[in-house]
Amino acid sequence: MATPATPAAPRTNRLGLSVVEYKGAKSTLCAGCGHNAISERILEAMYEMGVPPERVAKLSGIGCSSKSPAYFMSRSHAFNALHGRMPSVATGAVLANRELLALGVSGDGDTASIGIGQFVHLMRRNLPILYVVENNGVYGLTKGQFSATADLGAKLKTGVQNDLPAIDLCTLAIQLGATFVGRSFSGDKRQLSAMLRAALAHRGTAMLDVVSPCVTFNDHEGSTKSYAYMKEHDVPLHELQFVPAFEDLAVEYDPGTTVDVTMHDGSHLRLRKLEEGYDPRDRGRAMSRLVEAQAGGDVLTGVLFVDAKAPSLVDLLNLVDAPLATLPAEAVRPPREVLDALMDALR
Amino acid sequence: MASPDSSVAPLPAARPDGGARVNDFSIQVATANGSGSQSSNTVLLRAIFQMGVPVSGKNLFPSNIAGLPTWYTIRASRDGWIARKKEVDLLVAMNPETARDDVLGLSAGAAVVYDAPLALAELRPDLVYYPVAFDALVEPLTKEPKLRRLLRNMAYVGVLARLLDLDLGEVEHAIEKQFPGKPRARDLNVAAARAGFDHAATLEKRDPLVVRRMDRTAGKILVDGNAAAAMGALFAGVTVVAWYPITPSSSLVETLIGHLRRYRIGPDGKATFAVVQAEDELAAVGMAIGAGWAGARAMTATAGPGVSLMSEFAGLAYYAEIPAVIFDVQRVGPSTGLPTRTAQGDVLSTAFLSHGDTRHVLLFPGSVEECFTMGVDAFDLAERLQTPVFVMTDLDLGMNVWMSDPFPYPARPLDRGKVLGKDDLDRLGGFARYADVDGDGIGWRTLPGTPHPKAAYFTRGTGHDEQAAYSEDPRTFERNLARLEKKLDGARDLLPAPVREGSGEAKLGLLAYGSSDPALREARDQLRREAGLDSDYLRVRAYPFSREVREFVEAHERVYVVEQNRDGQLAALLKLDLPAALVPRLRPVPHLDGLPLDARTVSDAIRAEEAR
Ligand SMILES: Cc1ncc(C[n+]2csc(CCOP(=O)(O)OP(=O)(O)O)c2C)c(N)n1
Ligand code: SF4
Ligand SMILES: [Mg+2]
Repeated sequence: MATPATPAAPRTNRLGLSVVEYKGAKSTLCAGCGHNAISERILEAMYEMGVPPERVAKLSGIGCSSKSPAYFMSRSHAFNALHGRMPSVATGAVLANRELLALGVSGDGDTASIGIGQFVHLMRRNLPILYVVENNGVYGLTKGQFSATADLGAKLKTGVQNDLPAIDLCTLAIQLGATFVGRSFSGDKRQLSAMLRAALAHRGTAMLDVVSPCVTFNDHEGSTKSYAYMKEHDVPLHELQFVPAFEDLAVEYDPGTTVDVTMHDGSHLRLRKLEEGYDPRDRGRAMSRLVEAQAGGDVLTGVLFVDAKAPSLVDLLNLVDAPLATLPAEAVRPPREVLDALMDALR
Repeated sequence: MASPDSSVAPLPAARPDGGARVNDFSIQVATANGSGSQSSNTVLLRAIFQMGVPVSGKNLFPSNIAGLPTWYTIRASRDGWIARKKEVDLLVAMNPETARDDVLGLSAGAAVVYDAPLALAELRPDLVYYPVAFDALVEPLTKEPKLRRLLRNMAYVGVLARLLDLDLGEVEHAIEKQFPGKPRARDLNVAAARAGFDHAATLEKRDPLVVRRMDRTAGKILVDGNAAAAMGALFAGVTVVAWYPITPSSSLVETLIGHLRRYRIGPDGKATFAVVQAEDELAAVGMAIGAGWAGARAMTATAGPGVSLMSEFAGLAYYAEIPAVIFDVQRVGPSTGLPTRTAQGDVLSTAFLSHGDTRHVLLFPGSVEECFTMGVDAFDLAERLQTPVFVMTDLDLGMNVWMSDPFPYPARPLDRGKVLGKDDLDRLGGFARYADVDGDGIGWRTLPGTPHPKAAYFTRGTGHDEQAAYSEDPRTFERNLARLEKKLDGARDLLPAPVREGSGEAKLGLLAYGSSDPALREARDQLRREAGLDSDYLRVRAYPFSREVREFVEAHERVYVVEQNRDGQLAALLKLDLPAALVPRLRPVPHLDGLPLDARTVSDAIRAEEAR
């Protein structure tokens, strides 16, 4: 066994930060929980993209999934809000400080059940946020009841069967106006990593529905959100390659077999087609394909829809460049003459 | 029983001074909602105001866009009393639906201007009637039937101007103010007022009510509380506004949006504010709290139903210690519970909004000027105390027009509270979010985005230690609750102090808050003049209560707590705060009919109690 003479300098990202700077507290989730894997992928993506941790605001609702922001990136501010209400808190935070990179972490109960109202309106506002739903089809934290993403016919461990149709968050998000919509699986390291990195480069709402098995309450035979089910039914639409703006785009692409999307910041999302004719810039096609897949019990994964040009809420509100939160008093309190004029008008 | 014809109706017997009643009467105008009477009534109010006579107006309107009955009362008071007056001296009956009841409800001797086809004079012999054929009056002015309907209402302003001896020039000036930049509307309305004025020359004046010029309104303004609060928020430097429409709070935000667009967009078109019409009040307050957490001056405005929905978030913000300003323009009841009527019904529930040991800071503006000043102060207090601050106005204050001194430009610079920046962290080497380093219970916070590796902390609800780390440790939890109590206790000295009136020598104390103030001051006067009852008056302006509140109760044998709710909500808060021995001194005086409080209700209730 060879021992190097000098220990290798720790690998760092383009900010000179090592991956340790992106770590969080020790996870208290169950070993093997899909949420832990997603935390890892988020941490890596942030590290690899060279995102300054201080720029990130981690926002979540309530649930096992919503706890997970404590387990990565301790150098980022975080807000563990109310069950189903993370979108409003995120909206306020981003409007207060447009320089923040908002990361929303939610669960399927948090988003598709109690929080569906706020989710719907966040999507239609196209708030700049990376919104990750860690979807296990159940309420983990309250011990395994069905959520609204549970598939028709899925069974709980107790044998209880779900008789109601599932809410498909991706179809919904696309229809509502989200501008980057993807689905992945906590167990697919490569796909999820590339998707997260691309989503970080997106300006607008990036909604990722990540199937994330709950090993304690929903990983059994009869579950449609188990590791085993996903291994059999995961249908990737394409192979994802993400080339950030700060890296060279070495190879030309072949328009016949590859779709190349230039992101807001100049980075490139390359999708090598596995399915003929799927173009993630086509909203209508994306929705009909999702409906087809759901009917057939397939779980379509990949970047389902992307519109890199739509204006975000921050653009629509035409906010000043500096964060509203720290504008000086002169910028926000009008001078005495304004009050005098207002008073005169009321005389 | 034969009813006498109006032309031979007996003259009112009672003319106490044998002559004119100058600048001291109230007018009630009864119309249908949506008939444009709001403009006419504002013009009438403004014309009296321009004559230098203290005046106030109350709009009693239904929850409806068009068709249901509406009443507007205008009170002129040479002595400066601006509370609602229950007795009507002059009725303008334009609404066939209510005319009969309106007339039957009058006291003997009152005057009635009415639309001639209603034939009201047959109802009672003891009133003074002025029938006017309004349709005929406005017919020559326009061919459009819809416009005619609106102009009928301006015609009654002209009729009243003649009857009350109001300067027609002041009426025309007021019309000009009412329709700025709309020359056609202005001209038509002026023509309608003139038609009424000219026609009324044919009426024989048989009532004693007149307006004479005074100088008691010079320099004053006319404004509603919502507009005042909107200006408060503007001069507080609000940056994020999230809201969901609800009467009676909508006009607060709508007015604010107008100001922000006018005064807070730079030459490059960029805005120093963000306004979001949220999907509901949960989201509205969530946005305000998210923005407050990230350092913005954030607010929302709502009424009771919205406050109910904000409950869980209010508790979170209390425990996570996040500033936000919530204007609660109170109204009656949930759902279809008289939503367009006024009340002070949210006091108790808002003080403890949410679950667990939450307690919130409430401000009680008692005038439009205080809607402005407290509208400014609320933002400073929220950031200083790192907690939600509720500005508790109500429909009467918020939507009615009040006479006021002009508002003072804020004397103090913005207080952004305890925030650590990068340089502070460099110097300190770190911080503990919830540590009581200054002994006032208020920790230092950092804002997300602060470029320092030690800036971040994890925000969550109840269970956290001083470092903001998750904790369920019982001692830690107790310590945190004790610190929050200390913070709220300290707030007593930061909040607006109560206002005292009286010598301090009286045995009788009156205690009230908010829009009850004008009625209370007048009631004190009535008690003294009519019953020889001397009283001191304390107007509470904030919760948690100032220490002066206890001193006031200690100094008086009986303290009448006047409130616009059934159960004595503020009295209940007082009972929790005061030593048990003082509690029996409190005597609740409830007022709960949804109409703005008047002095007579208060003085009658107290006289009855005192006579027992
Ligand atoms: C208002 C409210 N209702 C109910 C709860 C209880 N609760 C906590 S977590 C949860 C479900 C979480 O499910 P999900 O979002 O799918 O997260 P998971 O635990 O599965 O990751 C519920 C119902 C709560 N915290 N707040
Ligand atoms: S209960 Fe399920 S969702 Fe929660 S931590 Fe355990 S495995 Fe994960
Ligand atoms: Mg779940």
